[in-house]
Amino acid sequence: MAVTSRGVDLAADLGFLKLRNPVLTASGTFGYGLEFEPYMDLGKLGGIVVKGLYYGPREGNPPPRLVETASGLINAIGLQGVGVEAFAAKVLPKLRHLDTAVIVNVCGADDDEYAAVVEFLDRQDGIAAYELNISCPNVKKEGACPALSPRTTFDLVKRIKAASRRPLITKLSPNVTSIVEIAQAAEEAGTDAVALVNTFLAMAVDLETRRPKLGNMYGGLSGPAIKPIALRMVHQVASRLKVPVVGMGGIMTGTDALEFLVAGASAVEVGTANFVDPDAAVRVVAEMERWCDAHGVAAVRDIVGTLETS
Amino acid sequence: MTIERDARLREVQCWGEFFRFTIDAPALGRAARPGQFVMVKVSDSAFPLLRRPLGIHDANEGGIELFFKVAGQGTELLSRKKPGDRLDILGPLGQGFTVSAAPKGQTAYLVGGGRGIAPLYFLARELARAGARPVVFYGGRCLADIPLRSRFEETGLEFSCSTDDGSFGFAGFVTDLAARELAREKPAVVYACGPDPMMKALAAITAKHRVAAEFSLESVMGCGIGACWGCVHRIRNESGDGWVKICEEGPVFPGERILWP
Repeated sequence: MAVTSRGVDLAADLGFLKLRNPVLTASGTFGYGLEFEPYMDLGKLGGIVVKGLYYGPREGNPPPRLVETASGLINAIGLQGVGVEAFAAKVLPKLRHLDTAVIVNVCGADDDEYAAVVEFLDRQDGIAAYELNISCPNVKKEGACPALSPRTTFDLVKRIKAASRRPLITKLSPNVTSIVEIAQAAEEAGTDAVALVNTFLAMAVDLETRRPKLGNMYGGLSGPAIKPIALRMVHQVASRLKVPVVGMGGIMTGTDALEFLVAGASAVEVGTANFVDPDAAVRVVAEMERWCDAHGVAAVRDIVGTLETS
Repeated sequence: MTIERDARLREVQCWGEFFRFTIDAPALGRAARPGQFVMVKVSDSAFPLLRRPLGIHDANEGGIELFFKVAGQGTELLSRKKPGDRLDILGPLGQGFTVSAAPKGQTAYLVGGGRGIAPLYFLARELARAGARPVVFYGGRCLADIPLRSRFEETGLEFSCSTDDGSFGFAGFVTDLAARELAREKPAVVYACGPDPMMKALAAITAKHRVAAEFSLESVMGCGIGACWGCVHRIRNESGDGWVKICEEGPVFPGERILWP
């Protein structure tokens, strides 16, 4: 077990996957992982969730792709990426040597493409699990994605779970009326875990030109601005699902991460913070450890789901 | 590439909206090359959230200099820093200018518009050190837009100014000034940094004269290290053209590879 010198056991357990600690990096905010090697020991992370992969290379959206808003960031990258073949040839051989869990975020323009990506990746070594990205708000008109309906969520998760030889973490969208209903659909379809939340569909307006500030008009809001809503959704879902929950949304510090654990998440993903400080995720791990040490928490997983509501 | 969390602001020079920071940061200073940039944290709170990308204005053993214009909340906060304040700086980042494009004894034109002059000071000094002959053209909308003219004069390098309103130097766009000089003498290379319309016009002029040119592109950036894919520009590759990350393959690109909007 990952017992540190100070005595805090940081290990996290998703059932199908044991992690050194509960901190993963959120897909889309950590490139393919190697970009961060100059700034940290990637082996100190619980795991890396690499940028979403379609089967082929993908062009992405026209700029401007980013706009900063109050305590947040709206992005409309549009999942530009290299595709699975280049990933397997150029990136995965380097990631494989790292002493951390590598989770690949899987995308598709339709169900067949998701299946093709998983079929290809199933033949590659060095991947711990898939994060099924059914919730990117930037690739179809007005944020359309499978995660917006229980039916499409169920059908896609069922198909990919049956096709995949690896554990499946389904990443949910917050842009829904009932996040619990969607999470339950994913659970019924056999997902091994759920991850939430992806970004909130948002926009920014340039008043002088009266034009949208993003080339794609709408984008996904992330960062500290969304943390309270993400935390509420994680709590709602974790309270009702049997499968583990990976929580994320605006985590900047160790205490932010611990709040997600208390709300019911078994692990967390650090996202936008990686842009501000390339070593943010390892700092979050260290801060969690310090807090646990100072509060007499012997094992960080002991605080998962310990929210007092009485 | 390093995160210098204990850089110290040594000196601030201010001209209205323009600021020059002299910063003690030896590791950054030693590693920096002309045309590279840094990501500077402007606040320790969540707003503004992101670091701000700034071109390296000069560098030496002791640290770096930055020259910037207050353009929004981030740079406004940065401008309030005082000598002695700690700065958190990530860098040096990106691919800079090809200094060797102007070999010893050869002429290079450096064309800067407004705050785009920032990296050209460092470049001019490096070119001069390498034995090339840098000639600087520095333009702005008005006299207040070209505060670094005395600094360039002190270097003894060849240097001329333009203002759009004719209040100082050549009356007109800096691209017109550069075009006039290009017609008189063809340099080995033209380097430029400034607003997109200026660089687009200059790209047409250098292409017409068949002169090699390098342009430093600017963009909003999320991370500065190639992870967010937020700062793309349309760039030609062997395999066609596509959205290329300015922070990683740039910010400096050869003129013939840039597709202007």
